[in-house]
Amino acid sequence: MENEFYNRLEKKGVSRRDFMKFCTYLTATMGLSSSMVPKVAEVFAAPKERPPIIWLNFGECTGCSEAMLRTMYPWVDELVVDLLSIEYHETIMAAAGHQAEEILYASAKKYKGKFVCVVEGAIATKYDGAYGKIGGKTFLQIGKEIIPQAAAVVCMGTCACFGGIQAAKPNPGGYKGVGDALGVKTLNLPGCPPNPVNLIGTVVNYILLGKLPALDNLGRPLFAYGKTVHDQCDRRSHFENEEFVLEFGSEEAALGYCLYKVGCRGPETYNNCPTAKFNGGTSWPVQAGHPCIGCSQPNFWDQMTPFYKEM
Amino acid sequence: MRAVEDAVGVKIPDNARLMRNLLHGTQFQHDHIVHFYHLHALDWVDIVSALKADPAKTAALSDQVSNAPWGGTAYFKSVQNRVQTFVDSGQLGPFANAYWGHKAYKLPPEANLMATSHYLEALKLQAKAAKNHAILGGKNPHPQSLVVGGITSIRDLNPDRLAQFLFIWKETQDFIKNVYIPDLLAVASFYKDWGAIGGTDNFLAWGEFPESDQEPDSLFMPGGFIQKKNIADIKPADQKKVTEHVSHAWYEDGKALHPFQGETKPKHGDYRPGEKYSWFKAPRYMDESCEVGPLARVLVAYAKGHPEIKTLVDGTLKKLDIPVTALFSTLGRTAARGLETVAIGDRMEKWYMQLMDNVKNGKTKTYQSWEMPNNGMGVGLNDVPRGALGHWIQIEKKVIKNYQYVVPSTWNLGPRCGNGKPGPVEQALIGTPVEDPKQPLEVLRTVHSFDPCVACGVHIIDPDSNEVYKIRVT
Repeated sequence: MENEFYNRLEKKGVSRRDFMKFCTYLTATMGLSSSMVPKVAEVFAAPKERPPIIWLNFGECTGCSEAMLRTMYPWVDELVVDLLSIEYHETIMAAAGHQAEEILYASAKKYKGKFVCVVEGAIATKYDGAYGKIGGKTFLQIGKEIIPQAAAVVCMGTCACFGGIQAAKPNPGGYKGVGDALGVKTLNLPGCPPNPVNLIGTVVNYILLGKLPALDNLGRPLFAYGKTVHDQCDRRSHFENEEFVLEFGSEEAALGYCLYKVGCRGPETYNNCPTAKFNGGTSWPVQAGHPCIGCSQPNFWDQMTPFYKEM
Repeated sequence: MRAVEDAVGVKIPDNARLMRNLLHGTQFQHDHIVHFYHLHALDWVDIVSALKADPAKTAALSDQVSNAPWGGTAYFKSVQNRVQTFVDSGQLGPFANAYWGHKAYKLPPEANLMATSHYLEALKLQAKAAKNHAILGGKNPHPQSLVVGGITSIRDLNPDRLAQFLFIWKETQDFIKNVYIPDLLAVASFYKDWGAIGGTDNFLAWGEFPESDQEPDSLFMPGGFIQKKNIADIKPADQKKVTEHVSHAWYEDGKALHPFQGETKPKHGDYRPGEKYSWFKAPRYMDESCEVGPLARVLVAYAKGHPEIKTLVDGTLKKLDIPVTALFSTLGRTAARGLETVAIGDRMEKWYMQLMDNVKNGKTKTYQSWEMPNNGMGVGLNDVPRGALGHWIQIEKKVIKNYQYVVPSTWNLGPRCGNGKPGPVEQALIGTPVEDPKQPLEVLRTVHSFDPCVACGVHIIDPDSNEVYKIRVT
């Protein structure tokens, strides 16, 4: 089984060495000791029964799903076909309409107490949830029916965690994060979008150790959200030296100086963007010369704005 | 961004325009690949049938129709094994409960296996293609380098990053020309009857990809308005002619308004067809509902004699042996999406070379500073992968007084207007033949061909039983 897995990887031009590098990266991201690297590799090499995932989409833009589709290690096709069993996901599933809804309720029943429920999007709570419906049912109702049956609830993105843009003022629909709306405990992976590596890390942690990773008081895994962006930023030395960008496109911007004075929210924002980076480690907003807007903090639309103004 | 730039009166530097074009070109390449393979293909391709394919015959088919870098009997056998292992596991995941085996699926098993393998390859390719967004935009989705006045990723204008961009662009464009387009033609050749199903009448494009600071004249994909399919009489697109109706939308009643006067006063309610039934307003252009998106853009460009688009469209019609009128259809819409991806992707090379020339000559200006005026009004119009997008802003005392936007899916999926005229998707579905109302695969084909940005609800009435079927399309 294991050899078959590596053969398959090699056909895709991925060497065993590359794969172990990824497992080391993921193990480190999760904050586990390096002795766990072979165990992490096992999770990907030979799942007996693929862990069932039910992915619910509520008030959101589907950017978090899109982010998950960009995962490069494991590739998303591995994730969907070989590693996980994505029982329900409105965007990628082939079934539609009644047939789709049937699956949702059938798989929640079949895997009761065993599936991980990933939620993307906020839940409308005013007027019995009238602001958000799928197939005639409110998000609130669907959430109440499905979420309590899950082994664990993972909120993917700021909207599911804290309400996001739906909950920004004036919030006519009374949108809230999933934990708040339903009064349940959730594991929160905020970000707009969150980095898919943190979802993979959480799921691997769950499969590997049979439990969720250690969380902070906002339900965020410490391995990813334990430090501020500012503390991990590679422009930090410029902050200490008081070397600041005062205008985009300036000489200071070209030199990669600190973005604090053009409104960077890195000092108030907990996330691992500077170390994990996005799209296979390609970049992150500050590397692209743009201040952090604090997108993984609660109520950032109301509390972090106006953007581009010093805190 | 463009609306605010218009309101504050700032002209962005050449490099910012080129970098935005490259970012947006990447968005087209990426989105259209994902739409074709992952959001639309399974309406035409029966994955379960692929298990019955002969891998050797599939290899021969692939050699004949495709320039894909993968192929051969062993390759297709391994894909088939992978699908078989998946099916045998009993955990069908996202492929469970679909309309597999439906009579409306027409591809032979070998074509289904070839398409299935490319579905999987495209999943990987799209993740790579999106890296180009991260190079100039910091991340994908939601790139974060665009600011009023230009773009912030000045430090990525270096040889290392730009070389990486070029290689990823090339790999993506190779996929589009060698795999996506051949797959599109191969699949289309089995579904030519869809060249007469799912069409609409009126089309609107604002246009996109400015090639100088003169807009709209310099747009690579031009704007225009086509009324009643009359491509011989193409009219300029004028934002003053847009209004939005709320009579069937969950907002407080009022007359149809231009977005500058637009109001957003939500009034939630139950789903009541004939009364109010949608969160979408109903946008109209000269009181007409208009289809927006790839087909609108391609028709406008074709009607204006756009050289690249004309060559691509004429070549495709000839290969499929179908008339120009077949463009006004579900098949035409899906084909247009592929063809514009070729044209836009190819054009990116020109913008890239211009950017490189500027960098080589020491021209690295990426931002123009500006001041917030006390008062101002601005309009930002462009075309995004799903269609015409417009933003309207009014600034008073340095803060936003009103902000309205009309997005592609509002045009395509909006409800009836105050005059009772249906929106494009509703119009396109009228007359669609449905083999089995309980398994309305044909409805999915047309709805998905618009690349809708919502889960939406449609109703079907069986003319024999008059039974009303409610169908949800995801």
